Amino acid sequence: MTSEGITRTGNNLDPWYSNYAERAGGLAASEVRALFAVASRPEVVSLAGGMPFVSALPQELIMSSMETVMREHGPTALQYGGGAGIPKLREQILDVMAIEGIRGTVDNVVTTTGSQQALDLVTKLFIDPGDVILAEAPSYVGAIGVFRSYQASVVHVAMDENGLIPEALRQTIAHLRGQGRRIKFLYTIPNFHNPAGVTLSAERRPEILDICRANEILILEDNPYGLLHFDEPAPNALRSLDEEGVIYLGSFSKTLAPGFRVGWALAPHAIREKLILAAEAAVLSPSSFSQMVVSQYLSQSDWRGQIDTFRGVYRERKDAMIDALTEYLPGLSWTNPNGGFYVWVTMPDVLDSKQMLPRAVKELVAYTPGTAFFADGRGRHAMRLSFCYPTPEAIRLGVRRLASVVNGELDLLDTFAGTGSLSVSASDRYDEAPPADLK
Amino acid sequence: MTEKNLIMADSLNIVVLAGGISHERDVSLRSGRRAADALAAAGHSVTLRDPDASLLPFLTESRPDVVFLALHGSSGEDGALIDLLEAAGIPFVGSPSEAARLAWSKPVAASLVRRAGLAVPEQIVLSHEAFRELGAASVLRVVADSFDGDVVIKPGSGGSAQGVSIVSDYGSLPRAMVDAFTYSDVAIIEQRIVGTEIAVAIIEVDGEPTALPAVEIEPVSGVYSFEARYNAGETTFYAPSRLSDENAARASDAAVAVHSLLGLRDLSRVDFIVDGEGVPWFLEVNVLPGLTETSSLPLALDADSRSAAEVYSTLARAAAARKAR
Repeated sequence: MTSEGITRTGNNLDPWYSNYAERAGGLAASEVRALFAVASRPEVVSLAGGMPFVSALPQELIMSSMETVMREHGPTALQYGGGAGIPKLREQILDVMAIEGIRGTVDNVVTTTGSQQALDLVTKLFIDPGDVILAEAPSYVGAIGVFRSYQASVVHVAMDENGLIPEALRQTIAHLRGQGRRIKFLYTIPNFHNPAGVTLSAERRPEILDICRANEILILEDNPYGLLHFDEPAPNALRSLDEEGVIYLGSFSKTLAPGFRVGWALAPHAIREKLILAAEAAVLSPSSFSQMVVSQYLSQSDWRGQIDTFRGVYRERKDAMIDALTEYLPGLSWTNPNGGFYVWVTMPDVLDSKQMLPRAVKELVAYTPGTAFFADGRGRHAMRLSFCYPTPEAIRLGVRRLASVVNGELDLLDTFAGTGSLSVSASDRYDEAPPADLK
Repeated sequence: MTEKNLIMADSLNIVVLAGGISHERDVSLRSGRRAADALAAAGHSVTLRDPDASLLPFLTESRPDVVFLALHGSSGEDGALIDLLEAAGIPFVGSPSEAARLAWSKPVAASLVRRAGLAVPEQIVLSHEAFRELGAASVLRVVADSFDGDVVIKPGSGGSAQGVSIVSDYGSLPRAMVDAFTYSDVAIIEQRIVGTEIAVAIIEVDGEPTALPAVEIEPVSGVYSFEARYNAGETTFYAPSRLSDENAARASDAAVAVHSLLGLRDLSRVDFIVDGEGVPWFLEVNVLPGLTETSSLPLALDADSRSAAEVYSTLARAAAARKAR
């Protein structure tokens, strides 16, 4: 009240603030996400993002495919398509999956706007608020975001260097069932895991399937990196061992380019039919143009050879990162992936990757704090480093800068050692995903 | 009307600088876009640029009529870029470099404001080196004994509440110090003042600092954190504030005094806590206040029935005229 007795009404700058659905409650800009804005500067070596190195893809191959599509099928390419995706591409997707031992039929495939959309649709179909989704510890930040948006309860299950630990899965399920919790599916990235870099061993795959089958838990297998191995190919997909208990998600984002936004789901037929209906409700149809260009590319180009090219690029970069970590950060530990894009670095407990990020930005290096990959506040003593986009020289420079950050932080913490608690209170605000175009 | 006046009536070529490499880059980009839009709406020819190695050659070759700074954080507020603009003879909206340097250092600004007789919370200012040299345990013991109640730990420079902690339990002091030192080599431990948090924006009208209506800040969480500042809905703003006319005037006078004694120019924002007796306690001053959708200066303009486009345009013309003289 002012002295004149006028009642002043506040303005929270969002007239619809009280109208948002409960599921939108966590959607807010955070300081961490704001710091990623600096990573877009060329002076900053970003080891944070997940952008594939599409410059290794000859653009003339794409232009040729586009020209052919427009010349021969222009009106169709520019028109709405069917909700399941174009049949020819779905046939070709079967050929791609066959490399990893997967057999299926065209009628079990639905093309989506990136596999991210497939992830979203599966979650939409199965999750009621409070339902449990099991996920590896850590897990893909984009999946956690989707699961949260449907108000799922994400429960993490431990991994080691061979991937998801079967006994940990068994125990987690028993514990949750004992609490009367409803488990809808296990979300897993078995190959060259994002963010952990590890691969589920061939020996464990049947056991994981058996555990889920015995407990009537569906498996959602997300495999965007499966063909990007450096040495030995990854073991055959979980879906190759079980056709009814696994929904398989695939993508052309890493084996071709993410700009097309073409992914797919291979699902048991009844689920697949519902996925089509859900997809049509969301986007009417996936992009006809994108699908047809991808299909044409697969028809006329040596796409297997291109994947080999990508493998060579990423292997060189991975090696650069491992070498640099060994030289500059010998006191830390990390995974050494046989494929994919990421290395998971674990730091001493005294270090907090989220709190360290502002210092890193000042030192012109960016990474993704480990907290982004957990739904339960863990991950503070870890970080994900991506080697997919920067050159080997930039990777080396970035890791050297990171070492300066880590050492500076250790020096600062050492100053205060023994004076009291240096741990950070868990925030009730989760860290949303870095933007997709973060390099 | 003289020829010089005819020239002034035309639109200006304005370069808005936003972004940079600082912790506040994201906020700066948002401020810059809004400033550019407002200046364009006022009829000027506007270029939005992110400072990089090509900036200085661009400015010295293209010679814009004026540079409008929206570079929050060290990029634009520590005086370095301003020094260069002054050296190159490029007009800009904002405080001179010397004044910017005084304002950028929170301890220095606080000392000057206290010496001028305004209320400033008790502070201890410490560098990381001081902790190393004297022993953190000993230092923290003295700190803990020096204050009653909550303290605010903040970096010695920087905005947007980055690195700021409110400590009730002195066992949390070490972590709060580490967080502050992440952003600056100097950290401030300050007595927390309980009261009404306000921001008073100053704009210069015909060269005279004029206080806009104070904006009262009431974060939903109780803490005006980064998230509370930049997410609509997480803070309730009262513009004008709910302070009594007398207390509002007292705060306005204090803000004008701060602006003047530090030698600031064109625009600034002074943050206070007004206690139960109406005393405005100085927190900090900002020479490049935020211009985003959730920033207090645009709210204050609105409360004063002023158009952002007109005000920014007037400031730009005044800056251009400084060069023309």
